[in-house]
Amino acid sequence: MEYLVGVAVAAGLVGVPALVLWRVMRGRRELGTSPAERATFETLHTASLAGPPLRAGLTADGAERASRHLRALLGSSALAITDGERLLVYDGAGEHHAGQAFEQARATLKDGRTQVLAVDCELLECPVRHAVVVPLTTDDRVVGTLAAYGPHASAGLVKAAQEVAGWVDSQLELAELDRSRTLLMEAEVRALRAQISPHFIYNSLTTIASFVRTDPERARELLLEFADFTRYSFRRHGEFTTLAEELRSIDRYLTLERARFGDQLRVTLRIAPEVLPVAVPFLCLQPLVENAVRHGLESRNGVGRIIIVAEDGGAECRISVEDDGLGMEPDRLRRILAGEIAPSGGVGLANVDERLRQVYGDEYGLVVETGEGAGTKVNVRLPKYHPGVSAR
Amino acid sequence: MSLTAVLIVVVAAVLIGAFGIRVSRTTSDFYVASRTVSPLWNASAIGGEYLSAASFLGVAGLVLSFGADMLWLPVGWTGGYLVLLVLVSAPLRRSGAYTLPDFAEARLESMTVRRAASVLVVLIGWLYLMPQFQSAGLVLREITGAPRWAGGLLVALVVAVNVLSGGMRSITFVQAFQYWLKLTALAVPLVFLLMAWRAGGAPGLSPQDAATWQVPLAGGKEYALYSTYSLILATFLGTMGLPHVLVRFYTNPDGRAARRTTLVVLSLLGAFYLLPALYGWLGRLYAPDLVRTDAVVLTLPGRMVGGTLGDLLTALVTAGAFAAFLSTSSGLTVSVAGVIAQDLLKGGVRSFRIATLMAVAVPLGLALQARALPVADVVGLAFAVAASSFCPLLVLGIWWRRLSTAGALAGLFVGGGLACAAVLVTIVGGPYEGPANALLAQPAAWTVPIAFVVMVAVSFLTPHRVPPGVARTMVRLHTPEDLNLDRGDWRPRSS
Repeated sequence: MEYLVGVAVAAGLVGVPALVLWRVMRGRRELGTSPAERATFETLHTASLAGPPLRAGLTADGAERASRHLRALLGSSALAITDGERLLVYDGAGEHHAGQAFEQARATLKDGRTQVLAVDCELLECPVRHAVVVPLTTDDRVVGTLAAYGPHASAGLVKAAQEVAGWVDSQLELAELDRSRTLLMEAEVRALRAQISPHFIYNSLTTIASFVRTDPERARELLLEFADFTRYSFRRHGEFTTLAEELRSIDRYLTLERARFGDQLRVTLRIAPEVLPVAVPFLCLQPLVENAVRHGLESRNGVGRIIIVAEDGGAECRISVEDDGLGMEPDRLRRILAGEIAPSGGVGLANVDERLRQVYGDEYGLVVETGEGAGTKVNVRLPKYHPGVSAR
Repeated sequence: MSLTAVLIVVVAAVLIGAFGIRVSRTTSDFYVASRTVSPLWNASAIGGEYLSAASFLGVAGLVLSFGADMLWLPVGWTGGYLVLLVLVSAPLRRSGAYTLPDFAEARLESMTVRRAASVLVVLIGWLYLMPQFQSAGLVLREITGAPRWAGGLLVALVVAVNVLSGGMRSITFVQAFQYWLKLTALAVPLVFLLMAWRAGGAPGLSPQDAATWQVPLAGGKEYALYSTYSLILATFLGTMGLPHVLVRFYTNPDGRAARRTTLVVLSLLGAFYLLPALYGWLGRLYAPDLVRTDAVVLTLPGRMVGGTLGDLLTALVTAGAFAAFLSTSSGLTVSVAGVIAQDLLKGGVRSFRIATLMAVAVPLGLALQARALPVADVVGLAFAVAASSFCPLLVLGIWWRRLSTAGALAGLFVGGGLACAAVLVTIVGGPYEGPANALLAQPAAWTVPIAFVVMVAVSFLTPHRVPPGVARTMVRLHTPEDLNLDRGDWRPRSS
C-alpha cells in the first residue's frame, strides 16, 4: 500500500508538469500545410507581433520593437519610422543613411503624399539606392512617416509600403482609442466627484438650518458631517480607497438624509469587519446607496427600507445594496447599463459598472436583481487582491 | 461524557457554519460596525487557527517521550512569529496581498511564480491537514474505541460541509473564541492535575529521568544536535509560509496594526505553550507507559483525578482537541481550496466546490494510508517545506531588490522540491538507517540554505529578469501608510 501511495504521488509530480508542458507546446504548433497557407499564417503572425508595441502610440520604444517585424512584412533592406519631429528608428542595412532619413521624410510630413526618392551612396555594397516614404495618418492628420529602403523602387515595394502604413495607421488609431477611453474614465471619475447632487446640498443645508434654533447641538453635528462628506467626495488624489472609508462616507450621507426624512428612511447595515481594509475604487458604492435611497422613498407606503451588506467571501468581498422601492423593468435596466438610455438622475449604475469592469475585468460587473414593484438589489463583488490596486 | 462533548463541539461547528453569525445593525451603531478588527481579536483568531492538534496533543506526547529536546517545538512555533514580526508582517500587509500567491505576483509581476507558489501552498496545506485527520482518529478511538479512520472521516466531513455551506469562512470572532476555548480546555484541567500532584506529595522525577530526560541532548537519540538545529530552523522560518496564518494578516488595517497583532500573537502563544510542556512533565511522572502515543493530554485527567470530576475534565480536554482539529482544518481547507479554485482551476463557485473536495480528500487519503508518525513531527515537516520555499521568497522578496523572477522560481522549485521529496520519503517509507534518517526526517537544516543560495545565485545570473516595477513595489512595501508619498498611480492595463 505504501508503494501504491508512492507511485500515485510520483505520477502526480511528473504528470502535472508534463500536462502543462504539453498544452503549452500544442498551442505553439504551426498551422497550415500548403506553402500558401503557411505564408499567410507567417504574415499574419508577423503582423500580430508588430501590433502590440504600436498600441502605446508612436513612441521611440514601440517603433523600435515593431520595426524588425514591419521590415519582415515589407521585405525591404531597411526601414525608418519618424514622428512629426524626429527619427524614431532606423532598422536594417545602411545605418549611415539614418542621418538623412528625417530630411527625406520632411516633404511627406508636409503634404501627406507618398514620395519615391533616389538615394546617393558612395559605398558599392550598400543596398540602399531608393527610398519609398509613405505617411502615417490618424484622423486625416499626418503624424509620422514610414520609409522603406531598397535597391529598386518597384511598384510592388510602393504598394507594400502603403499597405503596411495603412495597417500601422489602424494600430495607431487603436492606441488613440485606448488613450481616449482612459481619459474618458478619468474624466468620469472627476465628474462623479463633482456630481454630488445640487439637490442634496440644498436639502442638507435647509435641513440643518431647521435645526439651528431648535437643536443647535444637532445642527452643529450635522454641519460637521456635511463638511466631512464633501471633503471626502471632492478629494483629488487616488483612484482607490478602503471599504472602511467608503462606508464611513456613506454613513455621513445617510445621517444627513435621515435628519431630513426621519422615520421614513430605515437603514440596516451588516458589515463583516474582515472586509473593511479591502481596496475599492473611489466612490464605487456611494452612487448605489444614493440610488437606493431615492428608489426606496418612492415606495408605496412612503417608508423606505435599505439594507446594506458587506460579507467576507474568501478571496473576495461581497457587497449588496437593497431597497424595497418600485424596482424597474429588467429590460430598461439592461439598456441603462449598456448606456443606451440615460437614467433619470445622476451617473449612477452605468458608471460604477463600467469602472468595476475596467479595473477588475468583465466578471466583476454589477449584478442587479430587480423587477417591476419588487425592489432592487445591487450586488458587487470585489477581489481582495488585484494587481496594481492599492488603497494608498 | 467525552463523546457528548465531542458531539456538542461538532454540532456547534455545523450550526455556526450553516447559519453563520448574523448580527444586524442599524445605522445608529454604525461606527461600532465600521471599526476594524482590533489586534487582540485578530491575534486570538490567528492563535485559534494556528493551534492545531500538534500543539494541543502532540507537544505533550513528544515531551513525555523524548524530554527536554522537544521543548524546542513550542519555542519554535512561537518564535516563528518573532521572525514574522521583524521581517515580514508589516511589509506583507502593505503589499495588499491576501494570499502567498498574491504576494508572489505583486512582488515579481509574474504569473509563473504565482502558479509555483500556488502549488506549494496546496502541498503545504495538505501536509498540515493530514496529521489533523490522523489525530482526530486517535482521539475518537481513545474515547469510544471506534476504528482509526472514523475520527478523521468525521472531521473531514464536518469541515467539508462547513466550508461548502459558506460558513466558518473566516469569521474572526469564531476563530478568536476557539483560542480561548483551547486555552481553557488545557488550563482548567491542569489546575486540578497540579492540585492532585501536590496532594500526592509533589513527587519529583526518578533519578534516571533527572539525568537523561530533563537534560537537553541526553536522551540518546541519534544525531540529536543536528535534529535540534534543523527543527529550530524549520519552525522559526516556516511559520511565515503557512497559508492559513498569512490570510489573517489582511484583516489588519495597516502595517502597524499587523506588527501589533503579531506581538499579541507572540504573547498568546507563549502563554498557551506553557501548558503542553507541563502536561508532558506530569505525564512522565504518572503515565510513563504512554510514550509515543500522543494520548497523554487525554489520559492524564482520568488517571490523576478520577471519578466524575476526572470524567468532566477529560470531556473538556476532548472538546478542546476537537475544537483544535476543526478550527485548524477549516482554516487550512478554506485557504487551500481558495488557491486551488483560483489558480489551478477556472475560478467561480463550482470550482470552489471541487477544490474543497480536493483539499479535504487528498490529505484524508494520505492520513489513512501513511504510517503513524507522531502528529507534531508531521506538522514539523510541513514547516520544513514552508521554510525552504516561502521563507526565502518572502525574506528576499521584501528585503532584496535584485531578486529576479528566474531566481525566485528556481529557489521555490529546488527548495520546495527537495523538502517535499524528503517529506514524502519519510512519510511513505522509513524509518531509515544511519544519518539518512535524521537528514530526511528533519530536512530544514540543508534545504533552507540550499533554497536561499539557489535563489540568490540564479538572481545574480539573471539580472535582466528583475521585475521592472521593483522600485515602486519596494516603496509600497516599506513606507508607512501615513506618510504622504507618491506610490504610483493605477492605470488601466494597456494590452
